[in-house]
Amino acid sequence: MSLAKTKHIDQPTVLYMDGVSVSFDGFKALNSLSLFIQPGEMRAIIGPNGAGKTTMMDVITGKTRPDTGTILFNDEHDLTRYDEAQVANMGVGRKFQKPSVIESLTVFENLEMSLKGGRSVWQALAHKLTGEKRDKIDEIISMIDLKDRLHEEAGSLSHGQKQWLEIGMLLGQEPELLLIDEPAAGMTDEETMKTAELFKELSKKHSLMVVEHDMDFIEALDCRVTVLHEGSVLAEGSLENVKNNQKVIEVYLGR
Amino acid sequence: MTSNISNNIKGGPLTRLLMNDAAGRRLVLILMAVSVLVPLSNLFMPEGSLLHVSTYTMTLLGKYLCYALLAIAVDLIWGYCGILSLGHGAFFALGGYAMGMYLMRQIGDRGVYANPDLPDFMVFLNWTELPWYWLGFDQFWFAMIMVLAVPGLLAFVFGALAFRSRVTGVYLSIITQALTYALLLAFFRNDMGFGGNNGLTDFKDILGFDLQADSTRAALFFASGIALVGGYLISRFIVTSKLGRVLIAIRDSESRARFLGYRVEWYKLFVFVVSSMLAGVAGALYVPQVGIINPGEFAPINSIEIIIWVAVGGRGTLYGAVIGAVLVNYAKTYFTGAFAELWLFMLGGLFVLTTLYLPKGVVGLWAQIKEKYLSSGGSAGSSGGSSTGGNPSDSPAPGTEKAEGKA
Repeated sequence: MSLAKTKHIDQPTVLYMDGVSVSFDGFKALNSLSLFIQPGEMRAIIGPNGAGKTTMMDVITGKTRPDTGTILFNDEHDLTRYDEAQVANMGVGRKFQKPSVIESLTVFENLEMSLKGGRSVWQALAHKLTGEKRDKIDEIISMIDLKDRLHEEAGSLSHGQKQWLEIGMLLGQEPELLLIDEPAAGMTDEETMKTAELFKELSKKHSLMVVEHDMDFIEALDCRVTVLHEGSVLAEGSLENVKNNQKVIEVYLGR
Repeated sequence: MTSNISNNIKGGPLTRLLMNDAAGRRLVLILMAVSVLVPLSNLFMPEGSLLHVSTYTMTLLGKYLCYALLAIAVDLIWGYCGILSLGHGAFFALGGYAMGMYLMRQIGDRGVYANPDLPDFMVFLNWTELPWYWLGFDQFWFAMIMVLAVPGLLAFVFGALAFRSRVTGVYLSIITQALTYALLLAFFRNDMGFGGNNGLTDFKDILGFDLQADSTRAALFFASGIALVGGYLISRFIVTSKLGRVLIAIRDSESRARFLGYRVEWYKLFVFVVSSMLAGVAGALYVPQVGIINPGEFAPINSIEIIIWVAVGGRGTLYGAVIGAVLVNYAKTYFTGAFAELWLFMLGGLFVLTTLYLPKGVVGLWAQIKEKYLSSGGSAGSSGGSSTGGNPSDSPAPGTEKAEGKA
């Protein structure tokens, strides 16, 4: 209750960031960043290199502690107080820029490990694969199109397939909010478009924040866009709006 | 608890554990056979018979079994969780000291100074009463609890500090090395109360049985074999559970495991403590067989040797650790007898060669040869084996990879 008082807006948010600053050795990676995402919203984040996109994900997921500022999840949890695992278990999933799946485990084992719940050591030791969990894996596997690679080592997948598997692992966690860093990097055009379709499908059930460089991909997502620059928000709006914003053209698109 | 409904697998827990583990089944069978047959042959075959195993050989083999258990302990953390401990000899030595303290108390008034309560070295130091931490060690059950508790507690405290502060990689290796070195220095001091430089020795009997008797030796050998099988099964249970897959995830990509919501430090701590206890048991079985425990067991070189056993055998397979420990120690026994001054060079050379040419150790050698044969002799294969001739030439590679993964 007391936390909610610090909010400066009235509508419900799944992610609320206000005045978040982080500096590394005097360099301000985030400079009083304020941004909020509504439940069920999909948001694209763009910005030149060094704009603070990855640092922003780091502070949300508990990897980096901000120097100042408020970060609320679902209007109640102050994310700056928790570590990575706790934030993940609250319902914030994160996909990295470089596909990071567990290469020496099979696709199935990767997904099984991602399934929600059973995070303690003892639960992991006593874990049994129930029919319910099997069904969930089946459901994810058909969504990410890896059915025929199910029992192969994740290390043998192509780059694009690894990206998809990692997205599948995010789904297994059943997060409310997905943070996704450059999902289309290294994908073919066809894969990129398929991924955009998948995200649009996901946005029916989850809130998404997608960092991306690929303008075609952003266009295909067809959602609200936030432009970051030097650690704070430069512009926000529809892609059309943002593209025609003079400041944005100067720092980013114009080059 | 024993419900089989969820995963359609019949049989008891042991069957299930070893079902997909052909190498492990073979290992367990061989070890069981060895644990039974070697003592029987020693006790009941006439001396001079080809089938007689001398007490000397049996004791030597018993030592190898203890080393093999120690190697499994190291493989569990290094092979599966990526924790390269260069101080695991410390846990082995602590288990050994716990057993040694019991054996010292069993000597009673049969020591040189005939003091019923104080071990000889304490009388020699003019001590008048037993230090508090020696109390209880006259009871076998108490000593056995300490064999697990002392290494486990040290591993817990050390691990909690290191893993929670996210010390990883080479830094962790260095502090584990420092840990065992610090213990070495501490145990060398006479006023620590563990016999200083000389350690604990001149043991007489265990549970009332004469340690010099062949039957006692045979029983200790049997116990070592059973402990090794038990250690293997416990480790196998851990690595085949979901917990084992989390450990692999931590090894391959620690941050991924964290962002999946796993508290990496607790997982590392759990497996580190289990591993330290296995090492402690190995040390406890080792001491009555070799008849002495001294601070030399804490020497950093011992801990490094364990890593070499595991690397030579094949990291991340458990049974490879057993094979590596036996092979390297057999070589050590042979070469330190034949060319003592060359042994350390050979050991170093072995490690370099393994790293360069046998990344998966001797247990990976077969797969390596097969892969080479199949990829270089794709066309020649048709004359060699008609069954492999039908496979497309590029399919064996993933196939062998999978076989290794399952092995």
